Amino acid sequence: MYDVAIIGAGVVGAMIARSLSRYDVTVCVVDKEHDVAMGATKANSAIVHAGFDAECGTLKALLNVRGAKMMGALCEELGVKYRNNGSMVIGFDEEDRKTLQILLERGIQNGVEDLGIVEGKELKELEPNLSDRVQCALYAPTAGIVCPYELTVAAMGNAMDNGADLRLGFSVEKIESTDEGYVLSCGDERIVSRIVINAAGLYADKIAQMVGDDTFHIHPRRGEYILLDKECGNLVSHTIFRTPSKMGKGILVTPTVDGNLLLGPTSVDMEDKEDKCTTAEGFSKIIAEACENVDGIPMGKTITSFCGLRATGSTGDFIITAPRKGFIHVAGIESPGLSASPAIAEYVCDMLKKEMTLTEKSDFCAKRAPMHAFREMSIQQKNEVIKKDPAYGKIICRCEMVTEGEILAAIRTNPKPHDLDGVKRRTRAQMGRCQGGFCSPYIVELLANEMNVPYESVTKSGGTSIINIGKTKEVLS
Amino acid sequence: MTELVIIGGGPAGMSAAVAAYDSGIRDILILERDASLGGILQQCIHNGFGLHKFGEELTGPEYAWRYEVQVKKRNIPVKLNTMVLDITEDKVITATNSEDGVFQIQAKAIILAMGCRERAKGALNIAGSRPAGIYSAGTAQKFVNIKGYMPGKNVVILGSGDIGLIMARRMTLEGAKVHAVCELMPYSGGLARNIEQCLNDFDIPLKLSHTVVEIHGRERVEGVTIAQVDENRKPIPETREYIPCDTLLLSVGLIPENELSKSAGVALSGITSGAMVDQDRQTSVEGIFSCGNVLHVHDLVDFVSEEAEIAGKSAAAYIRGEGGEPVCVQLKTDGKIRYTVPQKITRAKDVTVYFRVADVYKNVKVCVMREDEIVYTKKRPKVAPGEMESIVLKKELFDGAEELNFVLEEA
Repeated sequence: MYDVAIIGAGVVGAMIARSLSRYDVTVCVVDKEHDVAMGATKANSAIVHAGFDAECGTLKALLNVRGAKMMGALCEELGVKYRNNGSMVIGFDEEDRKTLQILLERGIQNGVEDLGIVEGKELKELEPNLSDRVQCALYAPTAGIVCPYELTVAAMGNAMDNGADLRLGFSVEKIESTDEGYVLSCGDERIVSRIVINAAGLYADKIAQMVGDDTFHIHPRRGEYILLDKECGNLVSHTIFRTPSKMGKGILVTPTVDGNLLLGPTSVDMEDKEDKCTTAEGFSKIIAEACENVDGIPMGKTITSFCGLRATGSTGDFIITAPRKGFIHVAGIESPGLSASPAIAEYVCDMLKKEMTLTEKSDFCAKRAPMHAFREMSIQQKNEVIKKDPAYGKIICRCEMVTEGEILAAIRTNPKPHDLDGVKRRTRAQMGRCQGGFCSPYIVELLANEMNVPYESVTKSGGTSIINIGKTKEVLS
Repeated sequence: MTELVIIGGGPAGMSAAVAAYDSGIRDILILERDASLGGILQQCIHNGFGLHKFGEELTGPEYAWRYEVQVKKRNIPVKLNTMVLDITEDKVITATNSEDGVFQIQAKAIILAMGCRERAKGALNIAGSRPAGIYSAGTAQKFVNIKGYMPGKNVVILGSGDIGLIMARRMTLEGAKVHAVCELMPYSGGLARNIEQCLNDFDIPLKLSHTVVEIHGRERVEGVTIAQVDENRKPIPETREYIPCDTLLLSVGLIPENELSKSAGVALSGITSGAMVDQDRQTSVEGIFSCGNVLHVHDLVDFVSEEAEIAGKSAAAYIRGEGGEPVCVQLKTDGKIRYTVPQKITRAKDVTVYFRVADVYKNVKVCVMREDEIVYTKKRPKVAPGEMESIVLKKELFDGAEELNFVLEEA
C-alpha cells in the first residue's frame, strides 16, 4: 500500500517522484519498460526552452518559464550536466522578422527575461557560422541544454535514495477503485495506492480510460534526429531554431551537453505508438534545413540517427487535471515538457497538498553524488579514483573515454540498468564515434557478471533484444 | 625521457619496435590498450597472412606471434592495458592504466600505430528501426572468435570489405545462413581472393550496386529491405526486396583512428584520414612517425609490417640525428589515383610509393610525370580500389624536381 503511485518513469514521473520523496509519503513509480526514460524522454531535442513559444496564460507557458528558471539549480543538486547556452530563432526575411517580433512580445508577456532581436554584426559575432542568408534572430540568453535521460536517471535515482520504489516491467492493465485506494494490475501483480498520478506519456489516454475518463486523447508525433561527432559540437554555441511557420517549428541545430551536434526533429503525426522508425524522407529534410540554417555542417561526421515520439495531447496544452478524487493526470506533455518538468512536479505537489498532508522528512537528501566522469577529471583526480579503485584506470569505451569503474558504478547505482543501452545512457560508453563496435563485447561481459546471468542472455534493450543467440558449436549444431 | 614510445602493440607497433631496436635504439616503450599484443590480428583466426613476408600462409594470431617473439627476445618493454589519453606537439604522452594510474612520458620520438576502426551503422543513415542484431563485422568477429558466441543465424551483410567477406565465411562455417552480401558500389572493396574463397566457394551471393534501405524489427532484427542503386548510388524503388534475417553485419569501410594524432597537431590527409607523411613515415610534426592502418588502411598485414619497419628505422635515425641529402618533392595524383603514401619525399633516396585507385580500371599504365615529361610507367592489366599498388621511384627520377604527378592512362 502506497500513498502515491506514479504511472510512467519518464522525466515527468521521475521529477514528481523526486519532489515527493522530500515528504513523508510512500511513493512507487511503475513503468511498462525495462528502464526509466524510455518514452518521449529518450529521444527529443534536449533543450531547456526560454518560454516564448507557448501562448500566454497556458500551462505550457507558465510551467516552461518557471521550469527553465529552476533547471540550473536542480541539475546542480542532482549532479547533472546543464549548459545555459542561450537560443536563437533565426529569420530569413521580413515575414520572419514580423513573427519574431510577435514571439518577442509573447516572451515578455510570459515572463522570459533578457529577450531581444539581434542582427548584423552583433548576430555574426554571437554565432559566426550562421548562414549568410540569416537576417535577424530572436536571442534568448536564458535558454539551455540538458541531457533528458541523464536528468531522469538522476531524478529517479535521487528519489529512490530517499525511499521511493521503482517497479519496471509493470504495464498497468487495469485500475480498480476500492475502499483502500486504487488497485493497479499487471498480470497477477497488484499495487495499491491511495493516489495515482498518470504520467504515462503516449499512453496517458489509455490510463485515463481505465478510470472512465475519455475527455482527451494522445497521439504520437514522430521526430527524427541526426547526431554528429563531438568534433562538430563547437560549430554553433547556441541552439538555433528556425522561425516557426504553418509548417511547424522546423529543424534546429544545437550542441548537446556532451559536446555533440544534434540536428532535428522532423514532425509527422502517426497512428502507431511504438513505431520509432526513421525514414529516408526525414533524413533528407533534416539535412536540407539544417544546412540552410548553419554553414559547414560536416554531414560525413554523422555518428547516429534516431527517432522519438512526442506525446501530443488533443487539447493543445498540458493536461494537468484531477478528474476524480485521488487521481491526477499529467498528460500531453510534449515540448516544452522537459523544460517544464521541474515546475510540473512542483505544480503537482501543490495539487496533492489539497488532498493530503505533505510533511517534510528530516532526512531528505537533495544531493545526488554525480557519477564520476573520468574524462572530465584532472590528472590528480583521476589518480585519486584509480588509487581507490583500479577499475577506473581501465578504459573500456575508447571513443568517450569511459572506464570500467564508471560502468560498474552505473550498473550498481539506482536506478540500475539491465542492458547495453541502459549502460550507454548512464555512462556514454558505446555512444561515441564507433557506436560500441569495440567496447560492447566487454560491456556484455560486465553486465553478465554483475547481474550473474549467462553472457548470451544480455540484451541491447530488454525483451527479446538479445545480443548473442548462444554459444558457438552449441546453438547451431 | 624515453627515446622512442610506440603507441599501439599490433602488427605495426611490434614491427616498428623491432626495426628500431635492430637499428640500435634500446630505450623503447610500447603502449598497448589491450590485455595482450597483436592488435586486431588476435581475432583474425583465418589464414592468408604472411605470404609476402614469410612465404607461407599463417593465421592472424600466428603472424602476430612471430613478431611478439621478436619483441620478447629483444626485451622491449611493453605496458599492456594502457590507454593513451593525449599526445602533445612537444611529444609528452599522457596515458593511464590500473597499476600506474595516469602517467606522463616525455618522448624523443613517437611512432603512431593505433590502427583503425570500422565505420558504424549510425554513419549510414539507414531508415527503419534500431533493434539488436546489427553489428559491424569486426564486432561480430570478436563475439564469434574471441568470446565464443554467435550473434545470429540468418545473416545479411552490407558492404564487401574484407572483414565482411571473412565473416560471411566464418558465420557460414559456424552454421549460420548468409543470405547475401550487398555492395553499394559496382565493384567489391575487398580482395579478389576473399571474394573467391569466402563467397563463391560457399555460394553466397554478392549483390553489387545494392544497399540496405530499411531495417525491420522492434527488439531484434526481423528483416532488411535491400534495393539496387542507380549510377548515382540512389536506391531504385522498384527493386526493393525484403529479406527476413535476424542479423545485419556491416563492412562499410575502415577509418584510421587519429584522435591522438590530432591532439599532437599532426596534419591529416582528407583522403586517407591518416597523417601526411614523407618517405620515412614522418608526419608534419618532427619526431612523430605514423605507420600501419592508422596511416592508411592496408589490405595485407605484410605491407603493414613493411611500412612499420620503415617508420622504426627512420625513428631510430631521427633519434641519432642522422639524415640524408634533403630534397622537397610533393607527390600529386590525378583523382583516378586517389592518393599516394608517402605524400612527399624529403630525402634523396629510392622510395617505394604505395597508392590506391578510385575505381576499377582495366589495361592501364601508371605514369609518373615530371611537369610534362613521363619519367616512369608501369603497365597493369587491372587495378581496383580494394588492392593497394606500389612502384619503386629511383632517386634519379626526382633529382631537382619539386613535384611529381601520378596519373593513370590507357595502356
